[in-house]
Amino acid sequence: MINIEIDGLKIEAQDGAMLIEAADEVGISIPRFCYHKKLSVAANCRMCLVDVEKAAKPLPACATPVTEGMKVFTQSQKAISAQKGVMEFLLINHPLDCPICDQGGECDLQDLAVGYGGGETRYSENKRVVKNKNIGSLIATDMTRCIHCTRCVRFGEEIAGVRELGAIGRGEHMEIGTYVASTISSELSGNMIDLCPVGALTSKPFRYSARNWEMQRHPSIAGHDCVGSNIDLDVRDNNIMRVVPRENEEINETWISDRDRFSYEGLNSKDRLTAPMIKQSGEWQRVSWDTALAFALNGVKELVGRHGAEHLGTLVSPSATLEEMYLLQKLVRGLGSSNIDHRVRQLDFSDQNRAPAFPYLGQSIESLGQSDAVLLVGANITKDQPILGHRVRQAALFGAKVMCVNSVDYKVNMPLAEKLITDVAGMEAALAGILKALLNMNKIAAPSGIDQLLHSVSISATHEKMAANLSKASHGSVLLGLSAASHPAYSTLYALAECIAELSGAKLGSLSLGANSAGAWLSGAVPHRTADSASSNQTSAGLNAIQMFTAPRKGYFLFGIEPEFDSVDPVVTTQSLKDAEFVVAFSSYASTVLSDVANVFLPISPYTETSGTFVNVEGRWQSFKGVVSPQEDTRPAWKILRVLGNLFELKGFDYMSSIEVRDELKKCLGDIKLSNKRAWLCPELSGNISEQIVEIPIYGADAITRRAVSLSITPDATGHTIVMN
Amino acid sequence: MANEICFRTLNHKEPWALSTYQSLGGYEQWKRILKKKTPPQEIINELKESALRGRGGAGFPTGLKWSFMPRNVEGQKYIVCNSDEGEPGTFKDRDILRYNPHALIEGMAIAGYTIGANVGYNYIRGEFREPYTRFENALKEARAAGLLGKNILGSGVDFELHSQLGAGAYICGEETALLESLEGKKGQPRFKPPFPASYGLYGKPTTINNTETLASVPMILEKGGKWFHELGKPNNGGTKLFSVSGHVQKPGNYEVGMGTPFSELLKLAGGVREGRRLKAVIPGGSSTPILPADVMMDVTMDYDALSKAGSMLGAGSVIVMDDSTCMVKALARIAHFYFEESCGQCTPCREGTGWLSRVIHRIEHGEGKSTDLDMLVDVSKRIEGRTICALGDAAAMPVVSFIKHFRDEFQYHIDHKRCMVSA
Ligand SMILES: Cc1cc2nc3c(=O)[nH]c(=O)nc-3n(C[C@H](O)[C@H](O)[C@H](O)COP(=O)(O)O)c2cc1C
Ligand code: SF4
Ligand code: FES
Repeated sequence: MINIEIDGLKIEAQDGAMLIEAADEVGISIPRFCYHKKLSVAANCRMCLVDVEKAAKPLPACATPVTEGMKVFTQSQKAISAQKGVMEFLLINHPLDCPICDQGGECDLQDLAVGYGGGETRYSENKRVVKNKNIGSLIATDMTRCIHCTRCVRFGEEIAGVRELGAIGRGEHMEIGTYVASTISSELSGNMIDLCPVGALTSKPFRYSARNWEMQRHPSIAGHDCVGSNIDLDVRDNNIMRVVPRENEEINETWISDRDRFSYEGLNSKDRLTAPMIKQSGEWQRVSWDTALAFALNGVKELVGRHGAEHLGTLVSPSATLEEMYLLQKLVRGLGSSNIDHRVRQLDFSDQNRAPAFPYLGQSIESLGQSDAVLLVGANITKDQPILGHRVRQAALFGAKVMCVNSVDYKVNMPLAEKLITDVAGMEAALAGILKALLNMNKIAAPSGIDQLLHSVSISATHEKMAANLSKASHGSVLLGLSAASHPAYSTLYALAECIAELSGAKLGSLSLGANSAGAWLSGAVPHRTADSASSNQTSAGLNAIQMFTAPRKGYFLFGIEPEFDSVDPVVTTQSLKDAEFVVAFSSYASTVLSDVANVFLPISPYTETSGTFVNVEGRWQSFKGVVSPQEDTRPAWKILRVLGNLFELKGFDYMSSIEVRDELKKCLGDIKLSNKRAWLCPELSGNISEQIVEIPIYGADAITRRAVSLSITPDATGHTIVMN
Repeated sequence: MANEICFRTLNHKEPWALSTYQSLGGYEQWKRILKKKTPPQEIINELKESALRGRGGAGFPTGLKWSFMPRNVEGQKYIVCNSDEGEPGTFKDRDILRYNPHALIEGMAIAGYTIGANVGYNYIRGEFREPYTRFENALKEARAAGLLGKNILGSGVDFELHSQLGAGAYICGEETALLESLEGKKGQPRFKPPFPASYGLYGKPTTINNTETLASVPMILEKGGKWFHELGKPNNGGTKLFSVSGHVQKPGNYEVGMGTPFSELLKLAGGVREGRRLKAVIPGGSSTPILPADVMMDVTMDYDALSKAGSMLGAGSVIVMDDSTCMVKALARIAHFYFEESCGQCTPCREGTGWLSRVIHRIEHGEGKSTDLDMLVDVSKRIEGRTICALGDAAAMPVVSFIKHFRDEFQYHIDHKRCMVSA
């Protein structure tokens, strides 16, 4: 600790801290533009100049390290005149037309100009005009407003890992622009909108739609990947106007992915389902809730009467809330069916009985960022879980050896120490090779059965290097991604990865689909476990997401599911649904396929219109409130399920709030062990696999995102960046 | 007592050739050091005694600078020579490269040995094609003679030296922008601290010196620090290359002792043109404050005297102006230069240099306003001392000094919308 004095206040500052950090710590505000705590120090705006005792010139607080006994004055004549001087320079070439600027009202330059700007300008020369750039569908540019703080440039280099924006030209001719491609492709690009202190980079979808003082800000949790980024929803007139990050150091720091930021566009999509509907003689008609629920009740009752409850199949979106999943499984199990699943992309369920309580990252997100070796297995972490990708990338920049074994050569934004790209069938052999190299290297006793399993496996130099990197690591991480989970031999890949992690002392982790796969497991939205026994299996398991369609059911509940997307085999799935006698669709959207297969539509609120909970990949429960009222006749699904439970005359459906639902589940679960440890069982190599894995489009993971128009035309969505092997 | 150090070879046939240099005792110091394994501290002491100060403009004592390099630290270190020479009025380093490249090579090798760097780079101004070729040829000669490379003359000491041509940016003469440029990045100054001695080229400890500074080193070691010191004045050791340009009869480089009266230097350069009177002089390159003739005629050419007189020795680039010069036009030209050459990263310089340049241009063209002069001075003060590198100061100082000494001429332009000189 270092003792310094700022404006007469004696404070202790961290060794090595910059003055601005020390001042921020105690709430002394020093004006700034270029400084950002998550970016490197550029010290170029000069707005933070302060008066330091014994220094001849004013010093930039963002780049001046604290030293023992330092005395700083942020309000002295010298400091103020330096700051005012800089403000004048910033304003001479800046348009003074805040009323027509989209940043107006939330502009750092505007705010600080109130405190440090002059009443009138002394500048009578022509002002600079800079041509705007079209950098894609997400970010609007107004480059004349740029103050050259280079935050966006540093963000690209340091956080996004793609140098897309750069400062071109020198002096007054310096311009921020793209130099290689003309479109920004980073999956984190929207953060540049937040970083830009002025109106040079603004949100294209949001542009000119609201002023910040017209909106109310509500905290929420992003519902599009297993990270659970903390967000704020800005609301005006009961509409989500935009989404911005809410800082949480442990999860998303100050960032969010573009998917989390721009998906809200899908909330008001044209095919949004806003009233209950029933289909009679092939005709859809809008009905009251009573009618719709009675229709559903009768339909299901008749079906169960005719065929038995085992002829009911239930598919739930992995992005539904914990409460929804819990009530839904309670409902269908109450009716006598255990055919419920959320694993809509999985092919291999063979070791589901041995699975941990939920697909767990194996450590906290913060801890993942401290890895010194990471093996990614079937994982497109950069695009599928951008915030986790960012953590791994930070680790890589600090020297971690990041390696991947993938069946697609994904574009990554970090240095890869080793890379193994194989076809789908080769995934097993690749992991087996690493495992064998590991055994050879460390001369450790192999777990039972492994020697024989690996007998005919051959080792390459890459296998050896990967094994060595993991062995040497003091904090290794082995992560199975979405494409591993969709692999025809997932259970084998899992066991091999598990063994590699175990033998190298690394942490094993899973990355899971949607916002709430963890919640789905915990709440019993799986055919073989219930909330009362979340880590032990039921004696008679129901049908999983594949079996429900290979052995078609007579009736289905679809919850937040779009069969043409949320399925590994859309043709089979859709056909089974068409052939079924009765299909109840809980949905926020009425897509063509769904309209085709369903008999009744129950319009449910998306996560912005209902309270609920998502459990993220770390096992962190994050509850949120609905921030806008449900559109028209839409209702929060937990309420619909409560009513249905009662209509079916099932016990225990008298909840007053979603919190009660959550707390009941929590009580049921007791202490959940955060662990991926399980007893060892040697897998089998399945040999020749002919299936291909259908990659999940980055912006196709859930119904809301699929409808976000601006995302759908980014390079990531149009697929120009992915090369199939 | 002229042309003894950096221009030692000048009056000989093929002054740039290795043989010429060696015939005058060249590379003897390098060889002696290699053979005797002279302790670095001894070399540094000699330099300190010589009172050699950096010839790139800032005048920082060279011995002291070398002593800042972390000693007992393992790992790569670099010696870098700054031959970017972009300041208007300066053309001395060019002639060292052309006429005495081996003095620089020997100086750099000795510097590398002293600070523990086995690799050196000479960053040469982009427009210096001919000097670049000369230097490259000299490098070839030195390598062929076994004076550079691995295990030099069996001493076990390695030293590799490379040259790199710039691409036409004045800012790359600023030492940290130079390092960025050498690394292949956009030439923009770094914020200091950290200084190059701890975080330099590729993040490694690095010493950067000017061409003339480094080329002076072999002679200092040959004849002793005391000898060198006494060529000049106390605290202002040695001789200095003065690039005299402007309204003189014989513009050119003159290597004379520090502390030579300006009047003598002017005489060496043939005096002002026929029938003209001296009006003003910029003594150290376009960034240093201008001084009126009467002040200059009383001043000696050294760091201390010029600083006392209100200007700076800078790189010793003497721009002489006679009474035909319009001060407004001269300043407009200078202001335009800094406006064009600002790297643009920091606010006061990026925005302020354009502002200054435009207002001065306006005044020159008869569109000045009565408030302009005070405003120019005020704007300059808002740039000075508040930027990342000294280019901001370089842009501000001429404005302040021109208006200070020649305010009446500026006022005349504003009031009469034309020039006082041609009137
Ligand atoms: C804008 C600017 C341009 C400069 N250009 C040069 C140059 O062309 N040559 C040079 O030697 N030093 C130049 N300098 C000074 C260098 O930054 C540095 O001080 C010098 O190279 C150190 O060498 P010395 O100690 O031997 O003088 C410049 C400084 C600034 C701020
Ligand atoms: S003072 Fe000028 S040249 Fe120097 S860093 Fe700042 S903008 Fe660049
Ligand atoms: S915030 Fe310190 S210079 Fe910009």
